[in-house]
Amino acid sequence: MKSIKKDFPILSKKVNGKRLSYLDNAASTQKPKAVIDALSHYEMNLHANVHRGIHRLSQEATYEYEKVREKIKNYIHAEQVDEIIYTKGTTESINLLATSLAKLYIHKNDEIVISTAEHHANIVPWQQACQITGAKLVVCPIDQNGDIELDAFNSLLSPRTKIVSISHISNVLGSINPIETMIKNAKKYGAITIIDAAQSIAHLPIDVTQLGCDFLTFSAHKIHGPTGTGILYGKYAHLTAMPPFMTGGDMIKTVSFEKTTFNSPPYKFEAGTPNISGVIGLGYAIDYLSQFSWDEKLNYENSLTKYLIESLSTIHGLRIIGNPSKRSAIASFVLDAAHPHDIATILDEHGVAIRAGHHCAMPLMEHLKLPATARASLSLYNDKEDIDQLCNAIEDTKRIFQ
Amino acid sequence: MSNLIELYRDLILDHNKNPRNFGELQNATKSIEGVNPLCGDKLKLFLLLENDLIKDISFIGTGCAISVASASMMTENAKGLDVNQCLELYAMVHSMLIGKDEIDVERLGKIMALSGVKAYPSRVKCASLSWHALKQALSTNQLTASTE
Repeated sequence: MKSIKKDFPILSKKVNGKRLSYLDNAASTQKPKAVIDALSHYEMNLHANVHRGIHRLSQEATYEYEKVREKIKNYIHAEQVDEIIYTKGTTESINLLATSLAKLYIHKNDEIVISTAEHHANIVPWQQACQITGAKLVVCPIDQNGDIELDAFNSLLSPRTKIVSISHISNVLGSINPIETMIKNAKKYGAITIIDAAQSIAHLPIDVTQLGCDFLTFSAHKIHGPTGTGILYGKYAHLTAMPPFMTGGDMIKTVSFEKTTFNSPPYKFEAGTPNISGVIGLGYAIDYLSQFSWDEKLNYENSLTKYLIESLSTIHGLRIIGNPSKRSAIASFVLDAAHPHDIATILDEHGVAIRAGHHCAMPLMEHLKLPATARASLSLYNDKEDIDQLCNAIEDTKRIFQ
Repeated sequence: MSNLIELYRDLILDHNKNPRNFGELQNATKSIEGVNPLCGDKLKLFLLLENDLIKDISFIGTGCAISVASASMMTENAKGLDVNQCLELYAMVHSMLIGKDEIDVERLGKIMALSGVKAYPSRVKCASLSWHALKQALSTNQLTASTE
């Protein structure tokens, strides 16, 4: 795959006078010029509120906004366009599910299964649902490599299991979870299956129909789109049965002071004026990525990830956290010599952007007995030079802290 | 790299490697936890107060070099001061960390080694965690101090 760096204007920026090596893609990805131009074009030529205007601009904005549903449907292989709900992001998508399912479907003594390696966004909403309903949060363990313990997962399943909500890829360990098997096994007990695809949406092909999951969520900014926009995919029959999350304008059919009837999905879950430009930007981001085949993308990313792991492994005093059987483009590490925050500050001075901290996964950190890690995460626009720059900066960190 | 040299001065690196007054104080009359929820840094301060005087002080915890060095220097400086002197010192350190001009360089002495932090807004909270905890311990009955 030829370099696509030039498509991303921000990547030619100098940071602290240095070439930018942007390795914080698990936190947020950069936008190609095509997306930035589309956003600018929208703001300058098309903006109006959607769904309610008779005038030309509103019609054009609505058309541009609505056609993204079709793009998302195709990208994740959903069956129907109205199974695609626009949200603010993965966090809102999971909150929507936890709140709505708690009202409809989760009862006292039911069980909700997550894993040790979840992001706070896939823990806290379920804790809240448990508090409201009296259900129990059950945590599936991971082994010392960072892989889900499948046997343990299977033994946790029972007729009490109402929800299984699992990340496709751990944002800390980079482990790719065996969601196909997990969904299949959870289905045997009739559990609702939810996949948090925040970390996988840009990195792995996703086919919700083949997976058979009930819901899947992701954020636009992890796939080169704008922040403040996300997607919740849900099977239409569930969406019809579920009560709304937020209420107000645009999600109703009729309103009187006595009674309100709700709109059909997806609109039932989209109260208020949405992030119109965010959705349109997401559409262009998907168009941009779709010009490359999955073979091309996977080959390139896998070889770059291999180079990252090999390069980090040669650094004395550096420990990579987790050794998953299938790894995505993420590597967390610690140094004997320096705390992750100090690493991140020194790397930044070298133009290398990484994340340091608990990565919104405090229970996992507790499990790993680490207060924090440094994390480098790749995207298609990264290259070996970015990784060499990272490793040189880590060597400099060691020199300062020797 | 000059900012980096300012930040990681030898004195900071030394306090990080060999933190002073590190460990639990068995006869402490007060202890308080300090947390930085953004990054997960945690420390616990132990104080032996006699009337208004800090007879002894120590800390335990984990954190980056800046937070450990700052806590170590804080304990060195707070020991032997009375409550008002400590609160005055806290205010001075706080001003230094956020880059205010009017600071008493002479009074701050070696603590000035932490002044490199002001070029790194994201690290100010690392340096101020232990000082926040000290202030909380002396001015309230709370058992936890947070940088947030």
